[in-house]
Amino acid sequence: MLREKITPDTTKKEIGQISEISDEKILDCLQCGKCTAGCPAIHGMDIMPHQVIRLLQLGQVDKLLASTTIWGCAACFTCLSRCPRKVDLSKIMEALRLIVLRTKGNQRLEIDKVPELLAKQIPQQAIVSGFRKYVK
Amino acid sequence: MQRVGVFICWCGTNISSTVNIEQVVAALENIPGVVYIKDYQYMCSEIGQNLVKDAIKEQNINRVVVASCSPRMHEATFRKAAAAAGLNPYLVEIANIREHCSWVHKDKEAATQKAISLTRAAVAKAILNEQLIPGEVGVEKRALVIGGGIAGIQTALDIAEAGYQVDLVEKTPSIGGKMAQLDKTFPTLDCSACILTPKMVDLALNSKINLYSYSEVTEVNGFVGNFEVTINQKARSIEMEKCTGCGICLAKCPAKKALSEFEEGLAKRAAIYTPFPQAVPNVPVIDRETCIKFVTGKCGLCAKLCPTGAIDYEQKDQIVNQKYGVIIVATGYDLINLDRFGEYQYLDHPDIITGLEFERLVNAAGPTGGKLVRPSDQKQPKKVVFIQCVGSRDKSERGKAYCSKICCMYTAKHAMLLRDKYPDCEAYVFYIDVRTAGKGFEEFQRRAVENYGVNYIKGMVGKIFPGDNQLQVNGVDALSGELLQLEADLVVLAAATQAKPEADEVARMLSISIDRDRFFTEAHPKLRPVETHCAGIYLAGACQGPKDIPETVAQASAAATKAIGVLSKNKLVNNPCVAKVEQAVCSGCLACIKICPYEAITEQVIEEKTRGKVRLRRVAEVNETLCQGCGGCTVACRPGAIDLKGFSNQQILAEVDAICR
Repeated sequence: MLREKITPDTTKKEIGQISEISDEKILDCLQCGKCTAGCPAIHGMDIMPHQVIRLLQLGQVDKLLASTTIWGCAACFTCLSRCPRKVDLSKIMEALRLIVLRTKGNQRLEIDKVPELLAKQIPQQAIVSGFRKYVK
Repeated sequence: MQRVGVFICWCGTNISSTVNIEQVVAALENIPGVVYIKDYQYMCSEIGQNLVKDAIKEQNINRVVVASCSPRMHEATFRKAAAAAGLNPYLVEIANIREHCSWVHKDKEAATQKAISLTRAAVAKAILNEQLIPGEVGVEKRALVIGGGIAGIQTALDIAEAGYQVDLVEKTPSIGGKMAQLDKTFPTLDCSACILTPKMVDLALNSKINLYSYSEVTEVNGFVGNFEVTINQKARSIEMEKCTGCGICLAKCPAKKALSEFEEGLAKRAAIYTPFPQAVPNVPVIDRETCIKFVTGKCGLCAKLCPTGAIDYEQKDQIVNQKYGVIIVATGYDLINLDRFGEYQYLDHPDIITGLEFERLVNAAGPTGGKLVRPSDQKQPKKVVFIQCVGSRDKSERGKAYCSKICCMYTAKHAMLLRDKYPDCEAYVFYIDVRTAGKGFEEFQRRAVENYGVNYIKGMVGKIFPGDNQLQVNGVDALSGELLQLEADLVVLAAATQAKPEADEVARMLSISIDRDRFFTEAHPKLRPVETHCAGIYLAGACQGPKDIPETVAQASAAATKAIGVLSKNKLVNNPCVAKVEQAVCSGCLACIKICPYEAITEQVIEEKTRGKVRLRRVAEVNETLCQGCGGCTVACRPGAIDLKGFSNQQILAEVDAICR
């Protein structure tokens, strides 16, 4: 697959929002992969944690907003506790989730469907976030 | 009457393309005191210098202002030119209209105005310049080298080669340092001991070198050419003159529980020990913490067995006071402590080791006789995982932000040696980046991959789970995006290097500076890489920053050359731009003593006659040889009694006035 853009686009509005919400520096990351190697929630993710930062460095936010990864992160801070660059990936994940949730007309969850979803054991984080959007 | 000559340099077009030289000349013509102005394309050329010399002679100018590049470049050139024409060189003033003006501005009009201001300020200062005459001081023709690793050894040998006396102080019982512990050296794979021990023997046999092993420098006073140093020779409990190094005591000592420092804790040693067979000096030392005689009072076996009666349980530390002309600091490095890296389980499992421990495990003189086996069960490993950057390039509290520089190469070496000796053993290397800048380094690392089949994986290990027989290593291949789970028999961690824990203390003692990582700071990162800010004190080896052996040896020889430069002089000329106390104004508060980083200011009691009575008064006194002219005291001085010669308060204010006019 060819990338739509070869040059990174870090001027995107979302990149600024993510750094504002998370207060993390995505350029600190060396792409060592230690976060991915130790992530206990990796099996629910379609994009690996270190790749999340790489995509942000390239400005490809759209892929992330559509990914399961941001909902799979349990914010357990294992990655942060081991990261040699002190990048708090869970804050970046939360920022990405907030961007999805704050998007107008982007209703992801209806309250009536919650009991059914709970039975399927989707990540609780996703339900809580969805709820927040629903009651706003 | 001051007659100022102003010389304006175009610096080719470096200055003249941004600064309108004609306008500068015109602006200076009306300044009182300026009697001669000349501009030229290259003032630093011989023709340019002659313009200055001729003007001094023919125009009778007695102050010279050169508007050109930074004084760091050509101040010395123009001072020499002035001196050649019979003018005191300290009557020359430089206006920096290149680095501070033409190079940093684009607007020609504004840059021209700035060049005029800077030159006018220099004229104002030059008018107040006074003749300064540098003092002279004798040189003690003896060098002190602190640290007996490869850096200290090389420095000592080079200085001795030039014919000067050298004292080498080593903290541990033997010289050799980290290099003595290494098995092979990259990228040539020659045996470390084979190339180091000849140098150690050379040092031991050199009549110019005096070795203080098992000793520490405890106090340093004085200044370049005349350092006064106190050395504490720790009690060895052995009379060095009597000991023949026969080794009976080592073999028979019943206390064999202590972990060998030299073997990185992988083997036990006796309470009376020499660190390794080729130790210099080959004289044992008694570890009083584990010796049964010292702990319980009973035993004394070594004293009974010693054929020459060299054992002396009553021996005390000895203090040596010695004067030195120069000091070379070569205190080396350590590996970081890994107890904060819980995910690697270093403290919890014997088969997870550091790179330095691996060196001992594959060394023929090591605890296993060179047979690579797992420390836990003495079995030969079938799969070894190497993890790089353990604590290096790590901005968190656990690690060091810098690259340790040697790990990429020694890991490639380890993996290559492993595959060469045990072809059925697999080797995996987890890395973030492989850095192989150095002669033959890249070729070496590629050989590990291409010829020896070492599996390099770009990615890191998340966690190691020790199992019943093996270690489960959970990692990632960041390039393919695949999670990896390896069942390893042995894991080798490339722990970050760090400055010695006592670096702060050494820096304080020597009045030299350390950086945020506690490595000693060189005077200039490019142009003065082995000097410190303290004259006469030089740096060699990894105490200045992570370094491999070739770099360390190069720096050691460079430091030796700098030291020889000082030792070869009978007299040293010092910088006359030093602090001066106006004792009549000094209130004796001595705030200056506290602020002086060079310990150059002392208290002095002077006699004063007031109304026929003699009274004693406390004032500050500057030792001009020690003073480096930093100016700290002039700021701290409350009554304003201290001035820096050549940079007096009056001169600085005159410059400010000239700029603000």
